[in-house]
Amino acid sequence: MLNMLLSQVLDLMTPVLLAAMAGALCGRAGVFNIALEGKMLVGAFVAVATSIAFGSPVLAVVSAVLCTAIFASPLALGGARLGGDPIVIGIGLNLLASGLTTYLLGAIFGVTGTLVDPAVTALPKLVVPVLADVPVLGAILGHNALVYLSWLLIFVFNIYLFRTPWGLRLRGIGEVPSAAAAMGANVSRYQTAVVIVAGGLCGLAGAQLALGSVALFAENMTAGRGWIAVVAVMLGRAHPLGIALACLGFGLADAVGLRLQGQGLPNQITDIAPYAITLLAMIGLGLRSMKKRSV
Amino acid sequence: MIAAALDTKSRLAAILFSIVAAVVLGGLVVGLTGANPISVYLEIAKGAVLGRGLDETLARSVPLVGMALAAAIALRAGLVNLGGDGQMLIGGLAAALVALYLPVPGVARAVLALAAAICAGGLYAWLAAILQLSLGIPFLIASLLFSYIARGLTSYLVRYPLRDPSTGMPETYRVASGARLPAHILDLPVSMAMVIMAVVAVVIVVNDRSGVNGFEWRMTGLNARFAQYSGVDLSRQTQRVAFLSGALAGLVGALLILGQQYRFTDGALLAPGYTWSGLMAAVLAMASPIATIVTSVFFAALQVGGFSMERALGLPAVLTWVLQALIILCLAARPIFFRKR
Repeated sequence: MLNMLLSQVLDLMTPVLLAAMAGALCGRAGVFNIALEGKMLVGAFVAVATSIAFGSPVLAVVSAVLCTAIFASPLALGGARLGGDPIVIGIGLNLLASGLTTYLLGAIFGVTGTLVDPAVTALPKLVVPVLADVPVLGAILGHNALVYLSWLLIFVFNIYLFRTPWGLRLRGIGEVPSAAAAMGANVSRYQTAVVIVAGGLCGLAGAQLALGSVALFAENMTAGRGWIAVVAVMLGRAHPLGIALACLGFGLADAVGLRLQGQGLPNQITDIAPYAITLLAMIGLGLRSMKKRSV
Repeated sequence: MIAAALDTKSRLAAILFSIVAAVVLGGLVVGLTGANPISVYLEIAKGAVLGRGLDETLARSVPLVGMALAAAIALRAGLVNLGGDGQMLIGGLAAALVALYLPVPGVARAVLALAAAICAGGLYAWLAAILQLSLGIPFLIASLLFSYIARGLTSYLVRYPLRDPSTGMPETYRVASGARLPAHILDLPVSMAMVIMAVVAVVIVVNDRSGVNGFEWRMTGLNARFAQYSGVDLSRQTQRVAFLSGALAGLVGALLILGQQYRFTDGALLAPGYTWSGLMAAVLAMASPIATIVTSVFFAALQVGGFSMERALGLPAVLTWVLQALIILCLAARPIFFRKR
């Protein structure tokens, strides 16, 4: 029972965690990235479309990463290079993603709503039969490679941001771009690269959303998870460990909501839970920092 | 916040450029899916103006202009209101509740329903502004999260406590005919909702051009620190602008419920995507109220044309949504062509 809940939490938090890592990288480099929602949606669509075309989960993930990185390029070019407003570009990308995926769903597959196909299979899971019943360990095993990759990335980004000269440069660019430029860092090139890499991460998030446990694409299936990721970056103060904690909280809220739905609570109410909880968490954090300031 | 410093001529050039570029890019998308872009665009253009197209465009313009102006007044003062959906829902629900359950005679009920919608939508947005001002939660995020909460809440209410069990749909009872807004005034093809929206639009334009408020808002949008230094009380202004933006969104919800749908049906207010189209229209117009009215009528025509294109050619009408987003992206990439090196 507990194992099942924990396992579900870990599955549910992964797309948000991957997208939030993307958001944190951009934030550290000084680009406010609110296009996570749209990029995740593109990743999910490409993953499913590629699965249908080639039937290979690996290819599906790879093409989701590549296509989403390309999809992010308006933000990379417009926001980082040309001085466009990242918020306007982010809004535009989110709406483009929503429109484009719905359009292609109809124009290519002749489908409105949900696309399911026998060729689309969920990503394979690491199953160790003997250990599945061991408390906690059983819940930690039994996920697909993207879930483990997302955990690995927490540590990789932690080391990259705080223990390497490149990470230091990235943070410098985000905090004082003029000083970083004076030190010889190419600000716009760094930012462009980061936004593209973040796009790839969102592609992973989308692939996990579409192929992680459900193996389908539905119109606007991200349903606000990209925004929760934006909030997770704020809650975790763009620190990988903090973000992981925030995402864990979100996954828990989501999983408990699903459970309560199973108990007969209307799903309109449980659907609110993740948003209400993230909002409450932000309020709590705001109140705490206000208290600190007044002391 | 969005290139408000450009002069009118280069602004117009930028807008036209982005429309042309988006049409070309959209044509590529259509071409890649195996359809003929020229005939698609012809159908959209015909559908927007020919036959019943013009009437439909006009009808669609009312909520779209409303949501676009709601976005524009906030943008003008440097606030990005992503919570229009929530404010519209809360306003629409308030209007429906008053129109259904308040025991006063017909016309008074309609007036009170509109007032309730304005207050409810305004307060809902104001709440998000308070979170930004007191706790530093960005208005953009707070208003959006509130939208999701409003969506779940209204959906629950009309599915369970407020539901009309006689229909198979998740919706409230029908508003009594006395409390509805007339669809025709004096047998003219002008609805009450159009008149109300026109009055609101005129007030906003006049306030922006010659009101002290309008000037202060614009100044804040251009340079908040300068505005504060000149004596603008930024906190009060943010609260007021957020309230007005939300109030307008709430009013749009009420106009749709009392003038068109006559009951609150789950999902019906949000399905056409007025909030996001409106936001895009406001961004395209660089938040100038007059230009916002023009761009939102343009987007309304585009969408009506899209539906007619879908009927004629069988391609998804959501293509017009893609075009709108492409226009905004091309506009945002504008510095390539206009920045002097």
